[in-house]
Amino acid sequence: MRTITFSQATLEAMAEEMTRDEKIFVMGEDIARQGGIFGQFKGLAQQFPGRVLDTPISETFIAGGGVGAAMAGARPVIDMHYVDFIGVCMDEVLNQMAKARYMFGGQAKIPLVLRAPDGIINQAAAQHSQSLEAWLTHIPGLRVVTPSNPYDAKMVLKAAIHSDDPVIYLESKVLYKEKGEVPEIEDEKPYELGKAKVVRNGKDVTIVSYSIGMKNALGAADILAKDGIEAEVIDLISLSPWDKETVFNSVKKTHRLCIVHEAVKQSGFGAEIAATAAEEIIEYLDAPILRYGSPFCPIAFAPTLEKKVKIFPEDLVEGIKGMF
Amino acid sequence: MSAKKNLYTKEFAARLYETMSTIRKFEESVKHDFLAGEIPGFTHSYIGEEAIATGVCAALRPDDVIASTHRGHGHCVAKGADVKRMMAEIFGKRTGLCQGRGGSMHIADFSIGMLGANGVVGGGYNLATGAALAFKNVLKTDQVAVVFFGDGASNRGTFHEALNAASAWQLPVVFVCEMNCWASTTPYRSICNVENISDRAVGYGIPGVVVDGQDPLAVYEATKEAVKRARGGKGPTLIEAKTCRIEGHYVGDPELYRDKQEVRKLFRETDPLLLFRKKTAELGLMTAEECDEIDKRCDQKIKEAKDFAMTSEYPDESEYLKYVYCE
Repeated sequence: MRTITFSQATLEAMAEEMTRDEKIFVMGEDIARQGGIFGQFKGLAQQFPGRVLDTPISETFIAGGGVGAAMAGARPVIDMHYVDFIGVCMDEVLNQMAKARYMFGGQAKIPLVLRAPDGIINQAAAQHSQSLEAWLTHIPGLRVVTPSNPYDAKMVLKAAIHSDDPVIYLESKVLYKEKGEVPEIEDEKPYELGKAKVVRNGKDVTIVSYSIGMKNALGAADILAKDGIEAEVIDLISLSPWDKETVFNSVKKTHRLCIVHEAVKQSGFGAEIAATAAEEIIEYLDAPILRYGSPFCPIAFAPTLEKKVKIFPEDLVEGIKGMF
Repeated sequence: MSAKKNLYTKEFAARLYETMSTIRKFEESVKHDFLAGEIPGFTHSYIGEEAIATGVCAALRPDDVIASTHRGHGHCVAKGADVKRMMAEIFGKRTGLCQGRGGSMHIADFSIGMLGANGVVGGGYNLATGAALAFKNVLKTDQVAVVFFGDGASNRGTFHEALNAASAWQLPVVFVCEMNCWASTTPYRSICNVENISDRAVGYGIPGVVVDGQDPLAVYEATKEAVKRARGGKGPTLIEAKTCRIEGHYVGDPELYRDKQEVRKLFRETDPLLLFRKKTAELGLMTAEECDEIDKRCDQKIKEAKDFAMTSEYPDESEYLKYVYCE
């Protein structure tokens, strides 16, 4: 099968959807002439003249204008440059985008995708390295997805664009150059928003993760296998809604749950999974739930400090061994 | 007959007066019922500012859209919403425009291009600008978007981001400032060192116009010109309509920050309905009796709206999750 990068996979999704539906347009900073700061929009403006717009550096306009365009009948895909900048337009996300359908009694439909690169990369430091998914999953009205590989990057983006609800599409900056198998055919089975995938089968422990965190989940599973521990690994892909059924079915089998993400551990999305498991299936658990996330501090610049807050597969291995 | 008189028909004048009278009666009824404890939540009165929504919406096509404010009942009426369903919404009933999900601060009627009141001051600029972008660049229609906002909202950063983008891309959007001189409880000039908001238009390379916000004909003319520019691809206009906020910031506001007697005096001098009666009489367009007749009709219409709201059911509690997401 053909191998392409995560970034190319998102581009293919965009191009296929924009060809299908002329109401789709794209706006954000540095996406038309530059092709996106990570190259994730490269060539799209040339392929679709007038439909890929370089905006002013005006996040409230990008987000609020996207909502208004969606209200008027267009299907915008907007780019947040870095997820960190969503703070600039949080009103537009929280109070307009997420609320319009509900507070207007179903009159409004906001078929908008907000793409936002996230995560730690190359000492980008405190304001360009965050993972803010937990914030966004706390807001009813938004859907939140975050793929971990090129195939899902394409299929999940297509599903997000198809959705009539606002979807936050979080894409790990580190994953852009990651290669993976993506079939060329356009009629792959569509991804259904909200579904997780069991990406590795095992009977001893369930490791749940998403996005860049999947590196740790799969890395740990490899190491554990050498020691005779068979980890089942679940890629959530979608965080709001999240696939409780798939996670719980696995935990009922393995009786152990470990959750890992790059975002700050305190009030991180792992807390939601852990709390729900404790509420609903605690009787199946043979060990306390393990949670991994960044320590409660901003991401530093110096390489020594940046490395310190990151999680590595070995961290999980040590903890998981302690569950037995 | 003077040339000026020939500008407008009797029907047009009567339509404007009827819209203003409907808004006035609607707001009086809401105020009464709110203070009587029959309407929950918050509500903000448009009394005294009726001429702006009326004049602006008279210059719009049915398929043009408006983004409104927390003080949005007048905009909703003027754009053509059914007052029965409006009133039902304000009472939180299932027959309301938003099926009881929104209330006064989130009243909307997408079927007539009223894209919603907004509980966030300054939240509407980008919505209207985005709608205008969709019309021009994506849907390729000649529709126009209008955003209403107050002088208080003019100090939000969103003002700048929307006006700049609208101007840069020459989008078909009209920015209508309702200069009522109060940002909630704070006098405008104590928080802004510029007399006219419309002067800011220079900074965006777009026309800025000051208009008498108590005169629906003046507002209509200014909007007509702005809409013509917008529809013709010439971009946005910033209109500043000078008006007065006769009621408090919200219904029930004790108004500790101003002299109520002065406000009452101001209202006697600037009541847009009285001024319009006088003007149309002078122009020979309408008689006092004709205006009285319209008032009576509007009174009846609002009474029926209230009855409709009062006799409607609340939404069934089993439906609380409906509309969080599309089905």
